[in-house]
Parts: sequence; C-alpha cells; structure tokens
Amino acid sequence: MAMTEEKFDAIVVGAGPSGNAAAYVMAKEGLNVLQIERGEYSGSKNVQGAILYSDALEQIIPDFREDAPLERHVTEQRMWMMDDKSHTGMHYRSDDFNEEKPNRYTILRAQFDKWFNAKVREAGALVLYETTVTELVKDLKGQVVGVRTDRSGSPIMANVVILAEGVNGLVGQRSGLRDEVAPDTVALAVKEMHFLPRETIEARFNLSGNEGAVIEAMGTITKGMTGTGFLYTNEESISVGIGCIVSDFADSEVTPYALLEAFKSHPSIKPLLADSECKEYAAHLIPEGGYKAIPQLYGNGWIVVGDAGQFVNAVHREGSNLAMTTGRVAAETVIALTRKREEMSAANLADYARRLEQTFVMKDLKKYKGIPALLHGNKRNFFGTYPQLVSQAMQTWFRVDGVDKKSKEKAIFRNFRETRTIFGMLGDAFKLVRAWR
Amino acid sequence: MHIVVCIKQVPDSAQIRVHPVTNTIMRQGVPTIINPYDLFALEEALRLRDTFGGVVTVLTMGPPTAAESLRKALTFGADRGVLLTDRYFAGSDTLATSFALSMALKKVAAEFGQPEIVFTGKQTIDGDTAQVGPGIAKRLNYNQLTYVSKIVDADFAGGVIRVERRAEGGTQVLQSRLPVLITMLEATNEMRRGSVENALIAARAQAITWNAADVGIEDLTKCGLRGSPTIVKKVFAPTARTEKAVLVEADGSTDGMADALIDAIFERAPAVEEDLFEQAARQY
Repeated sequence: MAMTEEKFDAIVVGAGPSGNAAAYVMAKEGLNVLQIERGEYSGSKNVQGAILYSDALEQIIPDFREDAPLERHVTEQRMWMMDDKSHTGMHYRSDDFNEEKPNRYTILRAQFDKWFNAKVREAGALVLYETTVTELVKDLKGQVVGVRTDRSGSPIMANVVILAEGVNGLVGQRSGLRDEVAPDTVALAVKEMHFLPRETIEARFNLSGNEGAVIEAMGTITKGMTGTGFLYTNEESISVGIGCIVSDFADSEVTPYALLEAFKSHPSIKPLLADSECKEYAAHLIPEGGYKAIPQLYGNGWIVVGDAGQFVNAVHREGSNLAMTTGRVAAETVIALTRKREEMSAANLADYARRLEQTFVMKDLKKYKGIPALLHGNKRNFFGTYPQLVSQAMQTWFRVDGVDKKSKEKAIFRNFRETRTIFGMLGDAFKLVRAWR
Repeated sequence: MHIVVCIKQVPDSAQIRVHPVTNTIMRQGVPTIINPYDLFALEEALRLRDTFGGVVTVLTMGPPTAAESLRKALTFGADRGVLLTDRYFAGSDTLATSFALSMALKKVAAEFGQPEIVFTGKQTIDGDTAQVGPGIAKRLNYNQLTYVSKIVDADFAGGVIRVERRAEGGTQVLQSRLPVLITMLEATNEMRRGSVENALIAARAQAITWNAADVGIEDLTKCGLRGSPTIVKKVFAPTARTEKAVLVEADGSTDGMADALIDAIFERAPAVEEDLFEQAARQY
C-alpha cells in the first residue's frame, strides 16, 4: 500500500507538553510531522498539579493567552513547613503578579493539553490517537527509521523519532536505549480535585477575580519520606495532592492514599477544603532524580524530551516548562538538520544536547544536581526533625506564659542542640549550601 | 455493494458530571463518543463489506464537532464519512432527525450509489427512543428489521437478507428483500481495532459536509426545533444521596477489620443492632 511507503520528517511519540511543543514547532516550520498518542485525546492520560509557567509556552505560542484554557494566574505563593498540628509559613503575595501577561497560571491538564494539541493539528501535523507506539524500528546499521504501534499493519517510517513518551520511557526501554526508571529517582504523586463555588475559594484564599494562590508544603506530612504536598486554587476547584519518592513508599509501606487522607485532614489544610466535593482523583510518577538521572538523550535517529529525559526541577516544582523547552529545542535541532539535508545521526543530533546546555533547563538541573541525593539521604532530618524543631521554636516564641524571653531563647536553642547536635546541623547546613550553589 | 451506517455523536454518559454548585449538567469537558449501540451496527457493516466487497459510508447529523465521530469511524475502517450539519437542525427531535437523515440518504444514494442496507444502532444512549431508525425506514419506504442480533446470511445478487431478531420470549428468524433498514442490538459483535493504514487515512480525512440546502431540504419548518413536536420541559439532575461512604479505620487482622466494620454499622444504625439482638434472643 502506498500509504506506508510514505516517510515522515519526524514522528513524535506522545502528546503531553514536550510532545506537543516539539510537534507544533516542527509542523509550524513546514515539516511533515506525525504525532502518536495512546490516549483518546491529548490530555486524557496526562496528570500534573498543575501550574503552567508562561515563559516556556510564550516562546512557542506567544499569544496563547487569547484562547488557552487557563484557570487562575498565581499572585500568592505560600511555602509551608509542617508538623502534625502546625505550619510555619512564608507567604509571598504581590500585585506585580497581576500584570498584563501573568507569569504563572493554574491549569487543568485535560483541557489545556487538548487545546495545545489542537494547535498542533492546526499547524499541520497529523495526529493519531488511541495508538500506542510499541517499539522503534531500526535498520541494519542501528539507525532508528520508524515506529511500530499496537495497530496491525506496517511500521511507520520517519527520518527521526522524538520520544516524548513520559516518565516511564517504555518505548526507549523496549528498544534498548535506556534503563528502567530507578525507584529512587521518581516520585509517586496522588492528587484530588475538590469543587467549591468560586466565591468560596476567593474568600478562603483572599483572592479577587482570576487571582490564584498556591501552597507548597513539606514536613511531617510525608511521614519521614522525601516528598512534598501541594494545594492549588483553580477557578472552581482546588487541586490538592502529595507525593514522595517511590522507594520511600516501598520502604515505609505507607500507602499514597492514606498519606493524602492525612494531609487533607491536617488542621491547616482541612478548613481550606471544607464543604468541597471531590470529583476526581489521579496519580502520576514524577521524575525527580535531577541532573544525575538524565538518560542518554539522543542517538542515531532518536531524541528524548520532557519527563522521559528526567527534565524536572524538583526543588522549584518545575516540569512542564522544562518539557516544553526541551520539546522546542529538539524540534529546532531537527528543523536545522532537515533544512541542511543532513542525516539524523547521533553525531548531528548531539547538537540538541549542546543547545540544551545554553538554556535554563540544563543550567538549573546542574545547579541542583546534589540536592536530590542530599534530601533523600537525610530525609529523616529534612522531612521530620527540622520541621518539628522549627514548629516547636515558633510555639515557644509566640506562646505568652510568664517565661522570660531570654529563657525562651535558651530553651529553643537547647531543643535544637539536643535533638540534632550542633555538628549534625552545621553539617546539613553546609551540605545544603554546597548543593544549592 | 453499498452499506450506509447512521451514527450519532453523544456525550459519554459514564463521564457526565453534574456541576456541584449549580446542579446543571456540565457539558464542557465531557468527552463525546460514538453512540455505543451504533458501533455494533458499524462493525456488522464492516464485516459484510469484508465478506462481500463494496463500500461502507458513515452518515451523521450533528454540530460541526460531530466530524470527530466520523474520523473515529474511519479509524475503524469505514470508507467514507458524511456530516450533515446546519444550524437549522438544532433542537431536532426524532421526527425532524429522521426527516433530515432520510433526505441526506437520498443524496448519498444519488452521489455514491443506492445502498442495499442502512444500519443504525438499536437506540442512542442520550435519547433512548429507538425511533430514528424506523423513522428513516418509513420515509425511504424500506423494510425494517429492528433489534437484530445476527445476520444469518445475505444474498446481495438476489436482493435478500436473513437475520435473527430478538423478540419477547425468543428469537425470530426474519427474511427481507433489500434494501432494508437494520437496527443492531448490543453485544452482537466486537468492534475491531483499525489498522495503522486506517488510522492514517482517518487522521487525514476531511468529512464530506452537507447542509440542509445541499440535501434538497426546502421546507425548513420540518427541521430542528420548529419541525419537532417533542418538547423538553425540564432537564434536572437527580438529587444526590446525603449518605456518603465512610472510611473505617481498623488494624490489619481479619477479626479487627470485621469488628471495626460491625461497630461502625451499629454506631450509624442502632436499630440494626437491636434487631439482631432481638432475633438472637428469640432463637434461644
């Protein structure tokens, strides 16, 4: 059949933020692009908190605000350190975030991805849904020349395959390009969507119009495991979730849903969700291994983008922006090679890695390359002891009970010293500073 | 041989949500699907085509977004999709729908050849009337075979078809001359998974799109709301149950779980506990 003899300029595996970005940029430049998505539509299988960082998308679709489904722009960021009954918080709220082109939005991925993917089709890419790529097709020299799917028929051929297949990287694994994802480099996050009238949300979080607030939380809520909790305000709902490193879940035998139930009933979270109706729940893996967990990113005829490449900045809770940026950069690499009629060899595609080095993606991941191991190695202190100490210190300080302030200071200091020796604390502080730089 | 399958794009009733605040049906974000009953009709049509050769045309009436259901039908392997869409069709009941579809079928016959069989599902999951298929048959003066569970055999050259039909208390075996309208029963076959080639063709395909004028409808009072004697007086969501599921804490042992469960039940329904005690007392 003539149909299968056709060869695409590029096949993109997956229709999440990285795949949509890659497919859009290539199609827009006139490349003959095929995108293959296993879900019924783009977004049907995709899960995130979710916050959209405008900058990465602006570089791809500058006027996205005109029709993209956005929930609220974020004007207030709360960072909470929690013990079982309290939270010590840092809130940053600024009217500057009410700018004409807001910096961050809460979004619902099922709607947002669908919109993004419609743009991909408008740009001229062909998209197959409900089709799972099972493996890559290689020629005798080992060059990837196409993909096989779970549908009957011949393989589909292309000059290059962009693997935007998500965190598990199953196609890459099956094709022998990468190892299985290690349990200590991925977090399992669970989340729920709680519906509330918009007026209630606005009153509870002190918001007006489309302003939004987000809470990122850490502490004893993860029961000594490496992880964080979050709460994001959408237009008429609240996304609340918690996630921890998979190997920690396995060791602790704590179930993710029990952790979420406990987080939701924490005295600082419970009133924010009161009277809401839970309408959705979801779970997803997040690659949090950082720089050191990044797999081989390119080879003869293939490139890896997005979560499949472990492109998540766990410290700053950024992922979809790294996904879109790596998708865009991969697309630009392929466009440049296609224009010059150069072959999609590993040597030529190495340009993708070089281009990435120049972006915030690699610079940030490199900067924090020591953090995942540090936090994971000292999880009992960072996610248990310290939050408790901070909370106890705050309580000692604020509680008025006839004890003089000098004695209070002494008590706080003694508590720190006895719980986690001076050397232990100095050591952790030193390691944290070194990993941060 | 030419078979036409009439399908309808419907909201996925399994995923319809009621807005928790306004208590109205949330249409936004609810995925649409091909009416599941229509898939049995489509698969049966594809099987006949695979056996006897010929072409399967899929026809749908709906808003422009209904083109998506035609694309899906092509992914399964249908040969051609026709979308009948016009704002004058908005609000059509079964009478107006069967009128518009019968006009479109006349145009399909003129353009692509007289169909030997027109298939529909037994009914839709959103309307549940099972009237549109028979309405089309009546208007086109076709024989109609409703609630068909099996095509026994077909002789297209001789213009005869034999089917099994579900009837109260048994199965009827019916024979009809062609052309015929068949409404297909659920669970009669299993929809195939289209090949890569089908999927690629479908992804590229542009549906043939006709409006009321294209299919020769001159009297617009027979269309849409004006042509529909059925009146929907009110749409409402059933009131939700006030009782909610409860998570019962228990230790991991079977006895512990059973005890915790029974305690939780007795706590919420003391009458049950009293009842059981009374019964036990009577027995001894």
